[in-house]
Amino acid sequence: MKRRIELSAHADASLIAWANMSESQQKQKGTGGGQGEGGAAAEGGKKLAKKGEALKEEMDALMDEIDEVLEENAEEFVKNYVQRGGE
Amino acid sequence: MAIPKVMGTEIEYGITVKNDRDFDPISSCVLLVNAYREERAAKILWDYDQENPLADARGFQVDGEKYTPNQQENIARNKTLENGARYYVDHAHPEYSCPEVTNPRDLVVHEKAGERIVEISRREASALLPEGMEMLIHKNNSDHKGNSYGSHENYLMDRRTSFKQIVEHLMPFFVSRQVYSGAGKVGSENRGQRCDYQLSQRADFFETEVALDTMVKRPIINTRDEPHADREKYRRLHVIVGDANMSEYTIWLRQGTTAIVLSMIEDGAIGRDLSLRDPVRAIKDVSHDPSLGCAVELQNGKRLTAVQLQAEYLELAERYAAGRQLEPWAGEVLVEWARVLSALERDPLELADRIDWIAKRVMIESFMQRKGLDWDSPQVQMLDLQYHDLRPEKGLYYLLERQGQVRRIVTDAEITKAVTEPPEDTRAYFRGHCLKRYGDQVFGVNWDSISFGIGDEPIKRVLMAEPLKGSKAHVAELLLRSKDAAELVKNLRA
Repeated sequence: MKRRIELSAHADASLIAWANMSESQQKQKGTGGGQGEGGAAAEGGKKLAKKGEALKEEMDALMDEIDEVLEENAEEFVKNYVQRGGE
Repeated sequence: MAIPKVMGTEIEYGITVKNDRDFDPISSCVLLVNAYREERAAKILWDYDQENPLADARGFQVDGEKYTPNQQENIARNKTLENGARYYVDHAHPEYSCPEVTNPRDLVVHEKAGERIVEISRREASALLPEGMEMLIHKNNSDHKGNSYGSHENYLMDRRTSFKQIVEHLMPFFVSRQVYSGAGKVGSENRGQRCDYQLSQRADFFETEVALDTMVKRPIINTRDEPHADREKYRRLHVIVGDANMSEYTIWLRQGTTAIVLSMIEDGAIGRDLSLRDPVRAIKDVSHDPSLGCAVELQNGKRLTAVQLQAEYLELAERYAAGRQLEPWAGEVLVEWARVLSALERDPLELADRIDWIAKRVMIESFMQRKGLDWDSPQVQMLDLQYHDLRPEKGLYYLLERQGQVRRIVTDAEITKAVTEPPEDTRAYFRGHCLKRYGDQVFGVNWDSISFGIGDEPIKRVLMAEPLKGSKAHVAELLLRSKDAAELVKNLRA
């Protein structure tokens, strides 16, 4: 029985999670001074939209890279991956 | 007063050889471990005289065959490294036991150095395989077919603390800490209830509350009583319930919170009964519910979610910390513990950059959405597996790390250093530097001893019953003025 994933709340939230992360990383990197807070508010909307786009691109790039390195014969690999119990 | 929480981890890795129809795990492990070349490690024995895995913390000795390999087999299966670690073949898995450290941050450094060492030997071993084959190593805990292998944590504890107290206060903590320490797993196994995704790699495998076993009928709390130190003073709590974590932050938080709770138990600071009605069932229920909404029943009839249970421990820990001087690393752990619990209450996805099960889930769901895959797809299982792949260019955790998507706790330089240098503040310093300086004369090693073969004299065994002695501060000068092992032994006796 296959259950197809819709554009679910989770999937959206995932994007937001990555987005939040990148945002906080940008904050961490800091801007070493310069622009004041005043101008930022006016530009807020535009910046946000831009950021959204940038994040989507970043996300796409990441997924592309995962796609590239992911084992090609996943089905066979997963089937043959058998370990002995341990400890 | 709680004693310093000297700690270490033992990681069993998954091993396979791609395109090898006759793959044999044991000979592959031997090939792997011996592919790691440290000049002097080649002829040193692991000292099984000092081992006693059948002693039970509840006070009895279990019948059974103690494993002691012959000399040749011993050398082929055991490598003691100059960084103070043990790298060896345990049954059908390669295992890396990091050197003893004194804090969660150093633990991250040394556990990560272990990943590097295994990866270096994987590459060397792969080069020796026939064309078209490649050895692959995964830092995970299951093959998704019902076979599990462990990643164990060890913490030094005061022998005076009764084991009963440890069991009582630790059980609810272990059942609930997976909300931040789980490595994440697609699906369930070992006759577990069907689920798409769960917090822990290991939860499906726990079948009993307390026991000595590790391979069958696994217990949430393991009773192995093998202190590898002065047994009058210490016990080594051997924790088998954890997952093999990739995220540095997850490893750090797991070690830190656990060590704090153990100190609280030693100091009798958990004056609240959080005992669960059915811990074995609860550990699975919690793992199988990534929404974190599942409440588990306490003995007193109350129902709490795992996050709420953790919040109880945190509150007790904050109160405990207020009245005393804790170890220097503990303050930061308490701050992050609180942050993580409130983020888990609010929205776990906020932690996608630091908690393994969340990072893995976000990655998988994003990929599923893009490709229109469902949870049963082999590619989804592959993503799960490959998150733990040790190849830097293929491992998906490392990919996230490279892309700046996960938070680091330590630096690459620190990890590289720990590949060859022992920690400076435990007896691992003495062990490692004896190997560096007198490697040719080292006959055998165990955690609490090192023995020297000097000419034709009887073997000289130096005991190290105190995990915090043998540090750089204690022995650097002694090592400096002992130009060979004979002088070292003479100077130790003087």
